[in-house]
Amino acid sequence: MYTQSFNVPDSPGAKTVALAPSSDDPALQAAFDTRIDADGRIEPQDWMPEAYRKTLVRQISQHAHSEIVGMLPEGNWISRAPSLKRKAILIAKVQDEGGHGLYLYSAAETLGTSRDQMLDGLHSGRAKYSSIFNYPTLTWADVGVIGWLVDGAAIMNQVPLCRCSYGPYARAMVRVCKEESFHQRQGYEALLVMMTGTEEQKAMVQDAVNRWWWKCLAMFGPPDADSPNSAQGMRWGIKRVSNDELRQKFVDATVPQAKVLGVTLPDPDLKWNAERQHYDYGQIDWAEFWETVNGNGPCNKERLATRVKAHNEGQWVRDAALTHAAKKQARSIKEAA
Amino acid sequence: MSAAIDYLLHLADNALVLGQRNAEWCGHGPILEEDIALSNVSLDLIGQARLLYQLVAALKGGDCTEDKLAYFRDTHEFRNYTLLELPHHGPLSGYAQSSLDYGTTIVRNFLYSALMALLWEALEKSANADLAAIAAKSLKEVRYHLRHSRDWLVRLGDGTDESHARAQASLDHLFAYTQEFWAHSPADAAAIAAGIGVDVTTLRADWDAIVDAALNEATLQRPAVSGYVTEGKQGIHSEHLGFLLAEMQSLARAHPNGVW
Repeated sequence: MYTQSFNVPDSPGAKTVALAPSSDDPALQAAFDTRIDADGRIEPQDWMPEAYRKTLVRQISQHAHSEIVGMLPEGNWISRAPSLKRKAILIAKVQDEGGHGLYLYSAAETLGTSRDQMLDGLHSGRAKYSSIFNYPTLTWADVGVIGWLVDGAAIMNQVPLCRCSYGPYARAMVRVCKEESFHQRQGYEALLVMMTGTEEQKAMVQDAVNRWWWKCLAMFGPPDADSPNSAQGMRWGIKRVSNDELRQKFVDATVPQAKVLGVTLPDPDLKWNAERQHYDYGQIDWAEFWETVNGNGPCNKERLATRVKAHNEGQWVRDAALTHAAKKQARSIKEAA
Repeated sequence: MSAAIDYLLHLADNALVLGQRNAEWCGHGPILEEDIALSNVSLDLIGQARLLYQLVAALKGGDCTEDKLAYFRDTHEFRNYTLLELPHHGPLSGYAQSSLDYGTTIVRNFLYSALMALLWEALEKSANADLAAIAAKSLKEVRYHLRHSRDWLVRLGDGTDESHARAQASLDHLFAYTQEFWAHSPADAAAIAAGIGVDVTTLRADWDAIVDAALNEATLQRPAVSGYVTEGKQGIHSEHLGFLLAEMQSLARAHPNGVW
């Protein structure tokens, strides 16, 4: 659903990356630089600087974890979806997020890190995931608003990643982005229908917009002035557009959609600036954002504990599959002998 | 017409209730691939339920819709097999809580899919052309469900000591509920007489063969069953369906005039 558009270091001591042998050969570095400068793609078998590999593993694994943790807030409403059509749409959507997790774990594996290593990073609390999923889904309207705004913000972030310099990531993102655009449309459409309904339903939509709007603006990461790592990401072609540019693009695209929908965006400073030809908007609460990133948001503990529980309670199933496969192999060898 | 409605509701309720149960795994599967697989099974079942409810709504006419049938009927009006409403764990009272157990899920999906792979095939010849068309679509889906659940049944049964014991315990718990497959309700009899439904007892030998072959491969013992035969398809359910429906229907019922 969402990748961090900014660098959030995993906690100290994180050793989830199995680094391939590195080389200081200046010719290799020069060839890498030339390809990056020519906007070419780096493939798994190509030489790459260790810092590039490490940055990618961290970003792709955080993205994968975000997809998987992101299944929980929306999954929260599957059992209570108010119509069979919405139930089917929601299951399909959450399932897509699981699929995105799979592509992304696979993309990260091409850099030499196993899914087990990445999951270990998530479960031990070292690896981060998108902080947006540390907020609760309190009503059914949250499902629509997550599609419209959270997925909308994610698309802004992710479309540029389809041109990311690392081939497997870029190709995964092409497919992810196609599905995300469906997710966004289904969310917006669900809200449009609710806004034709009862007064309670309309109030539910407005309440959800009020709770998610600022969190979505924060999803783009700190202002460019406070993002020291962004420059390196830009140089490497991993990051293509700055946090503030993406955020502005999102605000400009969303304001007219809110008008059509008939909801108010909860920002008294939100107004058109004719000079800039953009909407101005108010101050984001970065202190609250960093508290949540650092583990002290409303649902951090619940999200992580739920993932850990599923993993631990599924251990016997995974063990059974491996043991059965080994037994089968042993039997076929014996038969062949 | 009433015979058709009762029979279609039985098929629809089966699909919806099991679809609702399987969706409980979404986000909590033992491995990501299984999360995705179980969601897929659930989507197929909910899709089947929708088609069947739409058919019932068309037969009933008036303002009946698929959602009225799913969300505004009470427990005693549901016609699903009791097997399908049970939580994903061993035998416990209705309000007792326990973690999801994959063994229970797999065994139930296997026992039911083995039946439906036969039943949908037979229903392709139903006198009701709409039902025959739904059966043709559902048959393709249930063959995948059967393959998925059978593969896992074998892995669990012929896996570790723990997985073998757990799979056997799930089988011991659930097998008695399959007796309901073979007990004719008045609705079954009416549907068979009208040429709409199928006499399930004619499928029993084939079902036994599918089940016995899989259990043999999984090194599991088929439990002997006797005693109480559940009556879910006649509207007499376990303690569990009430909780399932209370949750599923809560939002729709809180906003009876809502549009979604």
